Amino acid sequence: MQLTLWTYEGPPHIGAMRIATAMTGLHYVLHAPQGDTYADLLFTMIERRDARPPVTYTTFRAQDLGRDTAELFKTSVSAAYARFQPQAMIVGASCTAELIQDDPGGLAKALNLPIPVIPLELPAYQKKENWGASETFYRLVRALAGAPGAGAGREPGRRPLCNILGPTALGFRHRDDLIEIRRLLDSLGIDVNVVAPLGASPADLGRLKDADFNVVLYPETARSAAEYLKKSFGQPFTHVVPIGVGGTRRFVEEVAGLAGLDPAPVLDGPGSRLPWYSRSVDSTYLTGKRVFVFGDATHAIGLARIAARELGFQVVGLGTYSREFAREVRAEAAELGLEALITDDYLDVEAAIRAAAPELVLGTQMERHVAKRLGIPCAVISAPIHVQDFPARYAPQMGFEGANVLFDTLVHPLMMGLEEHLLGMFREDPEFHDGVGPSHLGGTPVAASAPQAAPATAPAPEAAPAPIHLDHPVAVAVAPWAPEAEKELKKIPFFVRGKARTNTERFARERQLPLITLETLYDAKAHYGR
Amino acid sequence: MNAPVPPPTACGGIDLHQEHGQRAVFCGLTGIVWLHRKIQDAFFLVVGSRTCAHLIQSAAGVMIFAEPRFATAIIDERDLAGIADANEELDRVVTRLIERRPDIKLLFLVGSCPSEVIKLDLSRAAQRLSGRLNPVRVLNYSGSGIETTFTQGEDACLAALVPDLPRAIDTAAPSLLVVGALADVVEDQFLRIFAAMGIADVRFLPARRAGAMPAVGRGTRYLLAQPFLADTARALEERGARRLAAPFPLGAEGTTGWLRAAAEAFGVSDEAFEAATAPGRARAETALAPLREELGGKRVFFFPDSQLEVPLARFLARELGAALVEVGTPYLHRGHLAAEIEWLPAGTRVTEGQSLDDQMDRCRAARPDLTVCGLGLANPLEAEGLSTKWSIELLFTPVQGYEQAGDLAELFARPLRRRALLEV
Repeated sequence: MQLTLWTYEGPPHIGAMRIATAMTGLHYVLHAPQGDTYADLLFTMIERRDARPPVTYTTFRAQDLGRDTAELFKTSVSAAYARFQPQAMIVGASCTAELIQDDPGGLAKALNLPIPVIPLELPAYQKKENWGASETFYRLVRALAGAPGAGAGREPGRRPLCNILGPTALGFRHRDDLIEIRRLLDSLGIDVNVVAPLGASPADLGRLKDADFNVVLYPETARSAAEYLKKSFGQPFTHVVPIGVGGTRRFVEEVAGLAGLDPAPVLDGPGSRLPWYSRSVDSTYLTGKRVFVFGDATHAIGLARIAARELGFQVVGLGTYSREFAREVRAEAAELGLEALITDDYLDVEAAIRAAAPELVLGTQMERHVAKRLGIPCAVISAPIHVQDFPARYAPQMGFEGANVLFDTLVHPLMMGLEEHLLGMFREDPEFHDGVGPSHLGGTPVAASAPQAAPATAPAPEAAPAPIHLDHPVAVAVAPWAPEAEKELKKIPFFVRGKARTNTERFARERQLPLITLETLYDAKAHYGR
Repeated sequence: MNAPVPPPTACGGIDLHQEHGQRAVFCGLTGIVWLHRKIQDAFFLVVGSRTCAHLIQSAAGVMIFAEPRFATAIIDERDLAGIADANEELDRVVTRLIERRPDIKLLFLVGSCPSEVIKLDLSRAAQRLSGRLNPVRVLNYSGSGIETTFTQGEDACLAALVPDLPRAIDTAAPSLLVVGALADVVEDQFLRIFAAMGIADVRFLPARRAGAMPAVGRGTRYLLAQPFLADTARALEERGARRLAAPFPLGAEGTTGWLRAAAEAFGVSDEAFEAATAPGRARAETALAPLREELGGKRVFFFPDSQLEVPLARFLARELGAALVEVGTPYLHRGHLAAEIEWLPAGTRVTEGQSLDDQMDRCRAARPDLTVCGLGLANPLEAEGLSTKWSIELLFTPVQGYEQAGDLAELFARPLRRRALLEV
């Protein structure tokens, strides 16, 4: 058993639902107990979809367990087919139905429906949501893309043709990423054959083989399918994810290479505003800001690159909950001189953030909890996400406009330059002091490095978080602070104070100093630099 | 002999139907979302799958930034394969949890569909852990979807508390127990009204703290504040307590009926009852009058969700003049709802259970002015041009008592007003 306060991913059948809901003309019959229909809310509320997901649940109850749940499943499949008349169906079990072992695939096959019925084997006690989405999409492509063979080849004079693979329902900014990437491909002179799963029908999956190559936007959901298409139809696929200016430029080069086109017109075009914004002098104070990055592998890697190479931050932590892509994240972390944090345990992530004492956290909805408790500015860069990250406005992460969005998103939670300077110089201002957050953010409380030091005047829209009792990462004996050193520490700007405290204590520990004095503080400062 | 009993055609003058099929409802685990706030030193540990964890965190929505007092012990393949001893694993997880949260005095092990299906004996685990973690009390109940629907999770939780309640002295004067989690402000209002009537010894189940749970015994008279508490009532009866039959305290009329049941049981004079309730009734009347114009004649359709549907429909019909198209309820407790059924307009169509697609067909065909439904249906129905009131809010808002009668009506009026307000 695993103690779980927050889970980064849902069970695998949620991934399958994301595929079914993304597509049209596909219906999903899910053998599941009463109550599992909560998943509909993810789509109708968080993503604000205007129709029910195309999912029929058997919603069995305890009294059904004594009867024939298999018969219930068959009835549900027949009723769903009769009512919705889909082009194809997927059938599977949720975690509880997996335990009662009714074999949805075999039962559905016995019904002999006149459409393809694709059984899903999603081991709910081993795998999770993204794996479920990837596996479902792969199974669908395998079943519906047609017999393997060489592609048709390009007719002379036709523009290069690609598929875009990966966008799903409930995907973080998938809607707008798709618009941005379509625009980019069009300006390169490439046509889009099929976008899948988002907006595709089972019939559309039968046309996948007509494309010259595949663009994989989200490897978490589409890499397996792309590998199958490569093996079966000889279609190459892209490996670069177009997040950030650098990522987008390399993506343009890669795609142009696959299409046999010249990338120069697009690369020499207007591009993104990020490079100039980031070079303008107002951004100088961003240099070396310590940032912790956590999310799915694609976004964590993409954002770590932007942070380090395009905004000049110092990445002090990088991790992912996507175990399937641990290798890629480890490689990226190694380039940044870090050891990647591969975990789906929220408490581990909390401990790592605490230990790294960053000035900015880029993470998921869960990292917002941690950052709020620790009083660290935070921006959301990856699923899991809540309703506010399905915005009405155009807000891609990918492509050149995505880089513009990311510049704004990453800088916004930070205190602005002048304010930061004045806070460092004058510490006793009654209005602008450490206890209040960046003034453009409406006085969000930013606690000092020790969470219990949060100002008593902090507005509490919801109940104040209960104290947390974590094993402190530096639980070993720490030399006590002399009063004047403690007082001096408070004069250090709050966003670097946590780091200064950790560094000084480490410095004292390594030298086995009995007391941290004013001198120790400044010795450590000189020793470690900033 | 085992032939199904035909559904009664008449039940207190209502038109009762039973329906079977797909049910779009929450499981009982969802009750944790409000119960963990009500009992301030309790922790709810779900023993289940990733689905259970995902459900609670999705349902918890706005609470996500506070350190919540719930978590999930996720069963993994090692537990299923028998490689790990599930009981040892559970002890390990609970120990880690209690170390992290020393403020916890009461721990609920909450069963789920997977733990029920694999027959993990959580009641024995609770006994074992209670002994080991003393003074932390460990109790268990099931919030699984196969056994409970939404608010029935609260019923199961309170029923688990009952055997543990202190014993009241049998010779003591009768005391009043109000059963069902209510907003703190509502509890306080009821306390004042009871005091004005001269009923001083009033306790609530659940109490706000684990150490302050009410005593129960032969002298206990209890009032159900919520309609979904069948098992809790049964457990209280076993302890010798007796239920005061009453409508539920929704709306002015319901509140008066509910208070009157207590007044009669405790021998409160008509004058004292009148004096204690008249100001509240007058204020409720003032608050409801303007809303009657907005809701009067509006045709309302209830999808099943919480068992609050029948009392709410009664309130809308009798106090606001709404017309009831269909009143869906996941479960109809004929005994506890007798007074409510009596008050429903004759011939009201009440549906117990659900066949989702068929019910949606009926709703679309009827095109009601207002549809009360869960969040899985609300936006899709809005997109079809139907005004909806999402039903979960009725559990998360103080709605009982005189002072909230206007707020309760307002919850139903707001979607209609909003629809009229929006120009684009």
